[in-house]
Amino acid sequence: MKIKIQGGRVIDPAQTLDEITDLYIQEGQILALGEAPEGFIPEEVILAEGKVVCPGLIDLCAHLREPGETQKGTIASETAAAAAGGITTLITPPTTRPVVDTPAVAELIQDRAADAGFCRVLPMGAMTQGLKGEQLAPLHALASSGCIAFTNMRLAYSDSLVLLRCLEYAATFDLLVVFQAQDASLAAKGCMHEGANCTRLGLNGIPEAAETIEVARCLLLIEQTGVRAHFGQLSCERSVHLIASAQKRGLKVSADVAVHHLLLCDEQISGFDSALHLQPPLRGALDRAGLRQGLVTDILAAICSDHQPQDLISKQAPFAETAPGMSALETLLPLSLQLVEQKLLELPQLIEKLTLGPARILGLDAGSLAPGSQADICIFDPEESWVVNEETLRSAGKNTPFFGQTLKGRVCATLTGGKVVYRRH
Amino acid sequence: MLSPTPADSIQLTADGQLKHFLTTEGLPQALLTQILDTADSFVDMGEQQVKKVPLLRGKTVANLFFEASTRTLSTFELAAKRLSADVLNLNISTSSTAKGETLKDTLMTLRAMHCDMFVVRHSASGAAHFIAEQVTPDVAVINAGDGRHAHPTQAMLDMLTIRRHKGEFTPLKVAIVGDILHSRVARSQIHALRTLGVAEIRVIAPMTLLPRHIESLGVKVYTEMSRGLRDVDVVMMLRLQKERMQTALLPSESEFYKLYGLTEAKLAYAKPDALVMHPGPINRGVEIESAVADGPRSLILDQVTNGIAVRMAVMSMAMSGQLTQQNTLTSSAAAYEA
Repeated sequence: MKIKIQGGRVIDPAQTLDEITDLYIQEGQILALGEAPEGFIPEEVILAEGKVVCPGLIDLCAHLREPGETQKGTIASETAAAAAGGITTLITPPTTRPVVDTPAVAELIQDRAADAGFCRVLPMGAMTQGLKGEQLAPLHALASSGCIAFTNMRLAYSDSLVLLRCLEYAATFDLLVVFQAQDASLAAKGCMHEGANCTRLGLNGIPEAAETIEVARCLLLIEQTGVRAHFGQLSCERSVHLIASAQKRGLKVSADVAVHHLLLCDEQISGFDSALHLQPPLRGALDRAGLRQGLVTDILAAICSDHQPQDLISKQAPFAETAPGMSALETLLPLSLQLVEQKLLELPQLIEKLTLGPARILGLDAGSLAPGSQADICIFDPEESWVVNEETLRSAGKNTPFFGQTLKGRVCATLTGGKVVYRRH
Repeated sequence: MLSPTPADSIQLTADGQLKHFLTTEGLPQALLTQILDTADSFVDMGEQQVKKVPLLRGKTVANLFFEASTRTLSTFELAAKRLSADVLNLNISTSSTAKGETLKDTLMTLRAMHCDMFVVRHSASGAAHFIAEQVTPDVAVINAGDGRHAHPTQAMLDMLTIRRHKGEFTPLKVAIVGDILHSRVARSQIHALRTLGVAEIRVIAPMTLLPRHIESLGVKVYTEMSRGLRDVDVVMMLRLQKERMQTALLPSESEFYKLYGLTEAKLAYAKPDALVMHPGPINRGVEIESAVADGPRSLILDQVTNGIAVRMAVMSMAMSGQLTQQNTLTSSAAAYEA
């Protein structure tokens, strides 16, 4: 299929490109930019005047709920939502049922994603068997079956020795290790940031130290083992400082943040709105400022959705008894664009955090529109407004605190490997 | 939704009447005073030969206790009966939830039975808010304690007890002593005392029993009884649950008693006419010395008596607010159809 994307503002941070031009696609790859290659006759022309054309977004953390919790979402439903959100590659955590600790589960996820055909899905493998924090999972076999990285998510390693062994083993094969850092004993039964609002509401808090202690412990062992490591969905300003000083010392560590942590804080939980029951929790206003600063100074190299779809019933209970998380694939781009509106980032900088940034963290050959790259492309209208509601959300999870709100910035079309996987009519 | 829903918007009708009683936070001073005035009129009624008034005649009050309680349940039951309501006591902790029914399904079932008021106790903070959201506008909800969040009728009976003995709130210094961290009573007391305008609210506890940022609620924090009790007019003790000793919160009951138990010696730091209160049930020799609990300044039994009056007051007020709202909804619906 030969496609021409015509007249859009093409932004590709990988080539430091930001200009109005045309894009030519052939056999799933970017063939050329600007002038049409000789003899190129497009079978389809996508008109992109007034739109932004950028690499397809790469989302570092999205729960798809399959296998095991398909009442909350399926690989088909959630990858369709991802495509509607301009995402062409997503990384999915191993917290499925069964967990991704055998090649069979890793392959099942990739096969179903390929059948659905909306976007590339790269599973993260479990670091320990059953995510129980006790015995190593078969990291090498999992990596051979397509696992892009390894994590124990927020489930505890039974002790520091197990953690050390995991990192040493991962370092042996130069595998990427991901931390969603949270000390289990300090987080205990907590359901929101331990701040003034938490005290007022009488909820169990998750103190800042639950994250910072675990970040600090992991950094010390990363330094000792030399493993490649990434910290996902940081929520505290002090964590950003810890990562910054480690990077300064030359450690191979990177970090990302979920977009809602850049926009919301714990003060918003004024009632007991379960849509704001998130994990990691929304922190204080100073933490939010610290995360935003970390983004500007490139300590945080990527923004992710941290998509956690829930069914209705999981959110209909007293706050602490509800399931945490928000449905976030389709709001990732419009919420991120608010950072440009708020003059925190320029648009090309923002796009880098959503494309090239995560690609580099993963060591993926993606996130670029340079000729020869796979044609993973997002075309969006930065000015178009839309209302987040039952009809507009494709995800099975309707659990978003932005439900009912009007957001600016809407995806017009998404191409994965040169194939149009989403188009808004 | 990200638009803040202040606590009062769910508790009050459009014209400011009480329709649910979920928390003392955010309610206007005039409304708290109205609760106290109404309760005052019920206090003496308990001493009369005929103890009933017909304010809730024909109404059904369901006591939904998801957490075991004898004292609070009996005072709510008595209050409802003295208002002539039909009363249904449901100890749900041992029935539906054990069968796997969700809270929402339990509520829908009970609503279908056409109860007019739910009195709710639940171990999760925010449970009363959740229930009120689910059953509005058919049923009035009274919070009888939700997690660590609120126990507003307890706080108001404490306020009534203070007012009946001290008259005015504004000159008073009040100290709340003990397990502030786990206490819904303390939180509700703090909000009520602030709104009623006392001069100073203090909390006294070891750091392990103080929630972080407690000072943001407008209290002064003390860790020593000798300093915290100095010149106070009212000492409000909190119950200390025995299971707190099993974690690293406290070393032992005896050490807690030595440092924070209210003895006659420690009470001497307070003003000579200081009042002593406790929500009960009391642990003698843990939070309070028997001589103090049974002494002339102890109002512990007054609190129980006042508790029934306060519960009658909020039940009758919430029911009347609820009816006003239902009538408004019906008439606006009729107007819309017309």
